[in-house]
Amino acid sequence: MSTLTASESTALQQSTLRAEPVIRFENVAVLYRVPRERVSGIKEYTVRWLQRRLKYEEFWALRDISFDVARGEIFGVIGRNGAGKSTMLKVMARVLHPTKGRIVMRGKVAPLLELGAGFHPELTGRENIYLNSSLLGFSRKQVDRLFQSILDFAEIGDFIDSPLRTFSTGMVARLGFSVATCIRPDVLLVDEVLSVGDSSFQEKCLQRMNSYQQQGTTIVIVSHSMETIKSFCSRALLIDRGQTVALGDVNEVVQHYTG
Amino acid sequence: MQYSEEVYDSSQRPHPFIEEFLSLLKYRELVYQFTARTITARYKRSVIGVAWTILNPLATMIVLTLVFSQIFRFKVEYYPVYVLSGLMAWNFFSHTTSSAMGEMIWSGGLLNRIYVPKSVFAVSAIGTGLVNLGLSFIPLLLITIVLGVKITPALLVIPFSVLLLSIFALGVGLLLATAAVFFADMIPVYEVLLTIWFYATPIIYPVDILPKQLLWLFALNPMLYLVQIFRDPLYLGVVPSWQVWAIAAGFSLAAFLVGGLVFTSKSNEYAYRI
Repeated sequence: MSTLTASESTALQQSTLRAEPVIRFENVAVLYRVPRERVSGIKEYTVRWLQRRLKYEEFWALRDISFDVARGEIFGVIGRNGAGKSTMLKVMARVLHPTKGRIVMRGKVAPLLELGAGFHPELTGRENIYLNSSLLGFSRKQVDRLFQSILDFAEIGDFIDSPLRTFSTGMVARLGFSVATCIRPDVLLVDEVLSVGDSSFQEKCLQRMNSYQQQGTTIVIVSHSMETIKSFCSRALLIDRGQTVALGDVNEVVQHYTG
Repeated sequence: MQYSEEVYDSSQRPHPFIEEFLSLLKYRELVYQFTARTITARYKRSVIGVAWTILNPLATMIVLTLVFSQIFRFKVEYYPVYVLSGLMAWNFFSHTTSSAMGEMIWSGGLLNRIYVPKSVFAVSAIGTGLVNLGLSFIPLLLITIVLGVKITPALLVIPFSVLLLSIFALGVGLLLATAAVFFADMIPVYEVLLTIWFYATPIIYPVDILPKQLLWLFALNPMLYLVQIFRDPLYLGVVPSWQVWAIAAGFSLAAFLVGGLVFTSKSNEYAYRI
């Protein structure tokens, strides 16, 4: 490397960056360790510990999952309830770390939060925009700069200085989506949503997601609705009890699930 | 506008303690937002607002002064200043540790879905505590002046006292937050412990009423020293000896290290336990 000039090495770095997958799972496994019986109290815990009756249930939420997702791809994760879909989202969002294996995520990962998660009802819309964007790791300067565009996109107008509890559900949803997507992320994690507000706003959300995707954002959609997965994704992963059942072209994977 | 390229590689994580610290630095805006949120949300709902923070310690002080001067009849000069300065240090500790634990549990739904440094709740509880502590200096200084207690340059060490108190409270708060994730009854248990701890610390009574043969037991209490380094400069107008500072600093650092290490080593389990 020492023989390369600075510009050559940056060029090299950039080209390897482009070729490398944005999301890479290598034999990922996640182990949950929970007490077999619900031992909730300290007293009960101590008693059981002394009696050596403290039993743990070890449960693999994911096992041996491997796949790559390329830049700009829309990737679907399908499975029944309890198959490990939300664990998958958690490890991608860095909320959980894998017990075994390796995960590499390149760039900024933005989770689309459920309706109103991370909002405070007593604070105004304005205060909530600052609160919510700091949850996503934005600095104050960034929010100052993006404030107007967040407001415009959410279409909440004069309500901006009223407490959030006076907002309608649709308004909260619009504000949430607007903040989460105010900067184009490299990876967008979508959990069962796309039911944001009224249909015209949904259209607007989809447009924004499409335009981000064209600019290189990778989108991961987790759902048990085949329709959603089929209409958006190009590739998909089907999991059951934490294990890979099928991986590849979306139609084949869906076929595998329904057939 | 675009994010700068950052890479997360689960196989190349630094030690959890260091990872948490770096992440907290990056999310400092969130610490500020949480602190501001707690303070504004609290004062928006209450009619008398900020005044409450000032009136509350005053009311407690008046009650205690009446009780102790009339019923117990032990002699503490300028008792109102003695008790109020002790209460300030104690309330800071008890409120920040309780809310470090509570906020973490109540925010469970959020921790499940989105990555934030999990110590942000404990750190912003300290932030909120500092604001309230700052406000309670108003009634204290008022009474100090009214009663004619001497204000000396010893006052200048107060920031260091508050720093040690904060480090200690942060360590204890992190330890409690970890425990609360695993034990549902941690919050009520801690309330009981706090009450016992309060009466075991010379806050409303003077140190010299403690029985001589039990002094060694009371000397094991970290809050004895942490209250002293806060109260002596305000009440006596003197800076405590270096030995007292050393013990207070030792307890603070120990609590911080134990709390920080335990908290970060268990943090991977919070996402499915809360």
